[in-house]
Amino acid sequence: MKSNLSTLNSKSFFSGFIAAVKTKYLTVTVTISLFIVMFILGSVFFPGFGTMQVFLNLFIDNAYLIAAAVGMTFVLLTGGIDISVGSIIALTCMASAHLMENSQMNPVVVVLLMLLMGITIGLFQGTLITYFNMQPFIVTLAGQFMARGLTAMISEETINISNPDYAGLANFRIYFGPQSFISIGVLVAFIVLFVAIYILHFTKFGRNIYAIGGNEQSAVLMGLPVKRTKLLVYTINGFCASIAGILFSLYTLSGYTLHAIGAELDAIASAVIGGTLLSGGVGYVFGSLFGALIQGIIQTIIMFQGTLSSWWTRIAVAVLLSVFIIMQSLLTFRRDSLKAANRVASSGNHKAA
Amino acid sequence: MPEKNKFSEYYNKITKSRLFWPIMGLVLVLLFNLIRDHSFYSITIIEGRLFGPIIDIINRAGPLMILAIGMTFVIATGGTDISVGSVCAISGSICASLVGGNFSGETKNPYFLAILVAIVICTALGTWNGFLVSKLKIQPIVATLILMVAGRGIAQLIVQGQIITVYYKPYAYLGAFIPGSLFPTAIYIVIVFGALALLAVKKTSFGLFLQSTGINATASKLTGITVSRLIFFCYTFSAFCAAVAGVMLSSQIKAADANNIGLFIEMDAILSVALGGNSLNGGKFSLGGSIVGALTIQSLTTTMYAVGVTAQQLPFIKAVVVIIICTIQTEEFRKLFMKLFNKDRWVKNEKQLVNS
Repeated sequence: MKSNLSTLNSKSFFSGFIAAVKTKYLTVTVTISLFIVMFILGSVFFPGFGTMQVFLNLFIDNAYLIAAAVGMTFVLLTGGIDISVGSIIALTCMASAHLMENSQMNPVVVVLLMLLMGITIGLFQGTLITYFNMQPFIVTLAGQFMARGLTAMISEETINISNPDYAGLANFRIYFGPQSFISIGVLVAFIVLFVAIYILHFTKFGRNIYAIGGNEQSAVLMGLPVKRTKLLVYTINGFCASIAGILFSLYTLSGYTLHAIGAELDAIASAVIGGTLLSGGVGYVFGSLFGALIQGIIQTIIMFQGTLSSWWTRIAVAVLLSVFIIMQSLLTFRRDSLKAANRVASSGNHKAA
Repeated sequence: MPEKNKFSEYYNKITKSRLFWPIMGLVLVLLFNLIRDHSFYSITIIEGRLFGPIIDIINRAGPLMILAIGMTFVIATGGTDISVGSVCAISGSICASLVGGNFSGETKNPYFLAILVAIVICTALGTWNGFLVSKLKIQPIVATLILMVAGRGIAQLIVQGQIITVYYKPYAYLGAFIPGSLFPTAIYIVIVFGALALLAVKKTSFGLFLQSTGINATASKLTGITVSRLIFFCYTFSAFCAAVAGVMLSSQIKAADANNIGLFIEMDAILSVALGGNSLNGGKFSLGGSIVGALTIQSLTTTMYAVGVTAQQLPFIKAVVVIIICTIQTEEFRKLFMKLFNKDRWVKNEKQLVNS
């Protein structure tokens, strides 16, 4: 009887392990396969879609989104949220355009100033959230409106960036072959991505983030520096948002009040489609990359299709996000019920022993 | 002596009232206007209608007050609904495109039917929000963010990227005056809405259930309150309010502008609730406070426009106000404040805490 029970238990442990692995990597696998399938479908239906440059353009057009999604993944992993990203991007574009065009500042100084600004905004929001215990959504919602208002205060008209150095940087191409190239922005986005992977998976700070997202109270009881970590996470997100802003301004070479409206949804969608759980604790920045690329593909398909208006991109992204969210919550339900089943099995074992 | 006691009793009663600080905020804004512009309080009757800046504020605050009522319920559950602006845009777009922009003033469909369709469709969108939040337990901000961003796209598709101007005369009644009425229509709508909401809160167990859900959802569930149904209802109701507000907003400009109807209004709605002295963490709430808050916001907006702040810059100022109010509401801020300015009392308090 006893041996029977223990084999049953180990069996359920084993199947639980497989299920956990499945749950852990399932969304990422689904995302990557979805990306491949969409690209193949696009190549089949539209002539000229399946070329190297179309593929590389996905990275060029979405470099800013990749950077923003990386920052957002950090925040989502702790179970928080930041919806000020889009406005910070707009503010960065506008401020750098203003400083370069109207104040004739050196681009290097401008870029450094912008990064500093992003860090400051992130630090400010993080302080309110962690040390004043305010809800992340209300703080970052206010941050969103604040940054958008500041952008309008700088100028309500579009400012085009004509600084030759900056424009040169924007038009700089890194060639892979005779006709395939990437922009400098893609390089920056990938550096951000790899640094983030290193931080999240190979440092103590990264493990703290996962621990906080898993269960904040346990993390406090374990003696982890929860407040400091969360503050840093929001600061990192502000930093990533300002990098995204610089990449966006390199991409558009202009500043405008309505730049990047709704980019926060794109960033959140990238992370969620890439397998990050909104409840925190589970997810990979690598998945967020594919989340961003999938949105790029949707945009490209709508562009190739030609008759659909650009508004369909937003709607398609929203639908996709909803599907992934529903999928996630089903997976979470399954995981929870699995845990409960395990608990019942182990308590049964206790009684038998 | 007794008289003085009575006075201090009244004083205490008034200052302790939940509505005291919200009304003080409104009075402050109105006082500022009195000093700035003496004609601010002039009310005249032209062609049997009231005219004047104050009436204008009340009229424009109408949609916001209705949104604030819906938002109060949602925030009382501890959630938030940032899709209301987009829902306004959808409802306004449906309404205007069903009535049609015919130069001769003829309508494609009856106006009444257009309003009904707009409200029904938008309320259905609200059930989607409610489903995501109550059944799938998605963070409210993300759940409603989806509709916030996609909603404007949907509205654009409805009006096919154009601004539909409606020439049908009665279309403007909702946003202005019904012929023969002294007060703007918005006042009547708000009174009906507010009365119904107050009745539901005060005379049924709904209000109590709502409060207890906001304070502790798990405990409420264990006491037998159907928490998820309650939350579902709140989001649906919020979208319903947004639909009505959208129809009114579209009527105010006699057009459907999918890009601009209700743009940034979610911030105003949340701000109204916060200014009304409600905690954004949920729990205890005051509908009256939210309505006063909405009036304050609209007065503030009108004042800011008069001072020369543009519509696009305004969000900055409102965001600052939100941050300040929310910071003051937090326990941490109070502790910090007492520590800095009222050291003796703070030390005493801490000692008491330690002793107990």
